[in-house]
Amino acid sequence: MTSVLEPEVAVVGAGPAGMAAALAAAEGGADVLLIDREHRLGGQLVKQTHKFFGSSDQEAGIRGIHIAERLGERIRQHAAIRIWLGTTVIAYYPDGVLLAEKAGHGLVKAKPRCLVVATGAAERHLAFAGNDLPGVYGAGAVQTLMNVHGVLPGQRALMVGAGNIGLIVSYQLLQAGVQVVEVIEAAEEIGGYAVHAAKIRRAGVPIRTRHSVLKVEGDSCVEQAVVARLDEGWKPIPGTERVLQVDLVCLAVGLTPLTEILWQAGCRMVWVPELGGHVPVRSETLETTVPGVWVAGDAAGVEEASTAMIEGELAGLAAAHRLRPLKEFDERCRQLRQALAELRAGPLAAKVRRGLARLEGGTC
Amino acid sequence: MRITEHPILDFERGPEITIYFEGRALRAYEGETIAAALHAAGIKVLSYSHRLGRPRGFFCAVGNCASCLVEVDGEANVRACITPVRDGMRISRQRGKGDLRVGT
Repeated sequence: MTSVLEPEVAVVGAGPAGMAAALAAAEGGADVLLIDREHRLGGQLVKQTHKFFGSSDQEAGIRGIHIAERLGERIRQHAAIRIWLGTTVIAYYPDGVLLAEKAGHGLVKAKPRCLVVATGAAERHLAFAGNDLPGVYGAGAVQTLMNVHGVLPGQRALMVGAGNIGLIVSYQLLQAGVQVVEVIEAAEEIGGYAVHAAKIRRAGVPIRTRHSVLKVEGDSCVEQAVVARLDEGWKPIPGTERVLQVDLVCLAVGLTPLTEILWQAGCRMVWVPELGGHVPVRSETLETTVPGVWVAGDAAGVEEASTAMIEGELAGLAAAHRLRPLKEFDERCRQLRQALAELRAGPLAAKVRRGLARLEGGTC
Repeated sequence: MRITEHPILDFERGPEITIYFEGRALRAYEGETIAAALHAAGIKVLSYSHRLGRPRGFFCAVGNCASCLVEVDGEANVRACITPVRDGMRISRQRGKGDLRVGT
């Protein structure tokens, strides 16, 4: 049977939150195991070609792909961080053992003293006829295909969802040479930043609010989509159906936290729709109700990469502090919480603020 | 199809290799995933659903959704979206749940 690695801190997920957590823990003196099922570091940062907003402390003005490179370089150079890529964690046992499947090695085990869960989020699907046909892809999947691998996801696209992800990916589709036929959004208002909406409108792409997709048709892949206007009760208005000739239907209808490990650990979970679904109850330093298990990033509630990196730093720091008390710990936590509050101050973060307030107030 | 010109990105593709899909030789590049190489060759159907045999492609491309399971060199349930290609790899569409390889 395989031997058990015993790192002081294990971080599951090497996206923005996990990378920041691994670095903070290692710089706080811990030896760290960083695990990710992908074969590269960076999580979803590796496909984010747009520049980030926020203050310069949080890498604003820098494209996500370059943030991933910078963090990845620092991680690879840190002697105290061991990296397991191509490794999918499949279980977390009551005795603190993580079981994982590592490409080329079969099953591997680790028993960390502290665990940071930074597993991110999964894209939501949407119910409509034909939604299982190849060519109906998540917006993130489309980004991976075109921005990481340089492969065209289709020729003519319908984007479903006008939040920031829908708008940004529409623009990226245009940059890759895909024709975006239209962007539809079920809500009355465009959910994303006006600057992103303006960019794709200038390129001639209509954004239709109060619209949804009714069905997708095709023999073995998407060949066309039927869209319609919605009434006040979110029901399609008869007679407003239109057929769009598209081979790609891109869903940008939200994300939900990936929390399987937290459930298995026995963390107290609560339903907070504003944060994307079930999220763990946690302390100010992001420790869950299970001592020694922290959470950071989208797994703690769907937000943005910029907040995920700060949460990761906070969780990693707190784990290191648990192992060996750090002198400047309280002050650094205060600074990181302040940075989070600043990033969550804008109008588009209102929903996140509401969700966090309910979570902290115990009214879920 | 592959993107050849892009305003922001330069795609640094690895060495060219050959993979086989349903017996057909395809060009691929080291470092990319099975799903990316197949999509570049115009192949979107990766498997068929268990009960109704409906065509399945990938959905999430990050290893979450299990919509892209293929068989690779006889091993079933390989996620095409996060598994890198390898020279000479033989890939086929998965039909049904696949068989566990016993004793390995």
